[in-house]
Amino acid sequence: MTIDWSWMGDHTDDLTTLTISHLQAALTAVLLGVLISLPLAVIAHRIRPLRGFLLGLSNVLFTIPSIAIFVLLLPVSGLTRTTTVIGLTIYTLVVLLRNTVEGLDSVPTKTKEAAQAMGTRPLRTLLTVEFPLALPVIMAGVRIATVMSISLVSVATYIGDGGLGQLFTDGFQRNFPTPVIAGVVLTLLLAVVADALLVAVQYVLTPWRRRRA
Amino acid sequence: MIQFDAVHKRFPNGTTAVHDLTLRMPEGGVTVLVGSSGCGKTTTLRMINRMVEPTSGTIRVGGKDVQQQDAAELRRSIGYVIQQSGLFPHRTVLDNIATVPLLLGWGRRKARTKAAELLETVGLPAETGRRYPHQLSGGQQQRVGVARALAADPPVLLMDEPFGAVDPVVRTQLQDELLRLQKELSKTIVFVTHDIDEAVRLGDRIAVFRTGGHLVQCAPPDELLARPADDFVADFLGAERGLKLLSLRTLADVPQGPAPAGGTWTLVLDEARRPLHWAADDTRIPVRPLKDTDSLLSALNESVASPTGLVARVDADGVLTGVSSRDDIHEHAGQAHTEARVAA
Repeated sequence: MTIDWSWMGDHTDDLTTLTISHLQAALTAVLLGVLISLPLAVIAHRIRPLRGFLLGLSNVLFTIPSIAIFVLLLPVSGLTRTTTVIGLTIYTLVVLLRNTVEGLDSVPTKTKEAAQAMGTRPLRTLLTVEFPLALPVIMAGVRIATVMSISLVSVATYIGDGGLGQLFTDGFQRNFPTPVIAGVVLTLLLAVVADALLVAVQYVLTPWRRRRA
Repeated sequence: MIQFDAVHKRFPNGTTAVHDLTLRMPEGGVTVLVGSSGCGKTTTLRMINRMVEPTSGTIRVGGKDVQQQDAAELRRSIGYVIQQSGLFPHRTVLDNIATVPLLLGWGRRKARTKAAELLETVGLPAETGRRYPHQLSGGQQQRVGVARALAADPPVLLMDEPFGAVDPVVRTQLQDELLRLQKELSKTIVFVTHDIDEAVRLGDRIAVFRTGGHLVQCAPPDELLARPADDFVADFLGAERGLKLLSLRTLADVPQGPAPAGGTWTLVLDEARRPLHWAADDTRIPVRPLKDTDSLLSALNESVASPTGLVARVDADGVLTGVSSRDDIHEHAGQAHTEARVAA
């Protein structure tokens, strides 16, 4: 299996476009996933009876094969980027929802009571005490969801999207390994860089965890 | 003043935490609530700032019914110190202290300035302010907890076993600090503990609770120690309650005479006439000289340990003023009890 470096040179623009498109799909999905799971997690955390239902539902959605999700969405949103993003978002929910609920659960009762006893109202407690303290667990979920989404985008090649995934079908159909290798390497790189950035973001957002005595 | 009138608290599971409680907690004084666990003392405390709502009855703080006030606003006007401090782990010490001022809308700069001031008030170095709670010792965290409760200068302070999680030495220091602060600030303090010695040390009044949320007796410490209302209170105060009473009295009134010259034991002084030890032939026994402000209990202890039965008395500079005999100390101890019984 040899790499055709001249193909690489001729296709740098294509590779750049595909990488950006790939990343956009994955990040949009994670962002939407976070926006959806935060309020759902608060509900699941506060209202015990709904907790099992919501977590169960996200689990069930996760078990649907990824291709099937895209196919099921076709009548709704067609062969579009929207379909890709919706599909990916559904997958991020299982990790994001679970981790956010667990993160909120992990906030010590004593700390929440202290906030209440100082005269902090519930919404402010949630935003300034519970979310910050839940952040490490939430961020662990965001990291998994991000890496997972970056690897899953390729599946959307079946509906004409798929970012770097298009390189796999292209190379496979022509029995030409170079694009496949380029796609794999770029996907891996994206995942590693995105994960490192998230670690950095978490470091910046949680100054109190830096120097553990 | 905090007033409880016919307050009842029954939890949804059917247990009665507080039973028909009527109690006055005087303004500017320390009221200590004691009792074994499950006696309703913490529930009583938490009803004051509506962390727990009573089933029936009224609670007034400064004449105003707490049920008629917005819970969050009420809580901002009442300082609260929790067991093991309950500090916010993600905020610096300074920001922890500034919590209530910020909620009251003081603005960040003013709140931080006040927080820095309070850091000094509770005896912590200024650089502690930039640290996070987990970087502090248990005793330091507890001080920050007190500073946080004092930040908006509330007239009322609720303290729920605040010193329960620190070692005895630090605990004594924190108690001393609290007494010193209270002398300056004269807050209305409600203090929950299960440690009777802590209650006797800190309380202007002590309320003893029995399981089931019954208030058995509420009295100043010496009255409580001299005349416990029933066997339950007497048991709770323990077998040494007679000695505990002596911890509340000083030896200022006990007569003193000159140190003995001759005899087997000599009290050896340094050049500044400060007592060093008792000496006889080649035996030396250390001396712990006492000031007028020391308690009768420590005098009794010292007289028992002294080889001559004499206690060395010193002035504020540690210079010998005389000695008191075991008999005189005993006599005063007896008088203290008689007085407490009569006064009660």
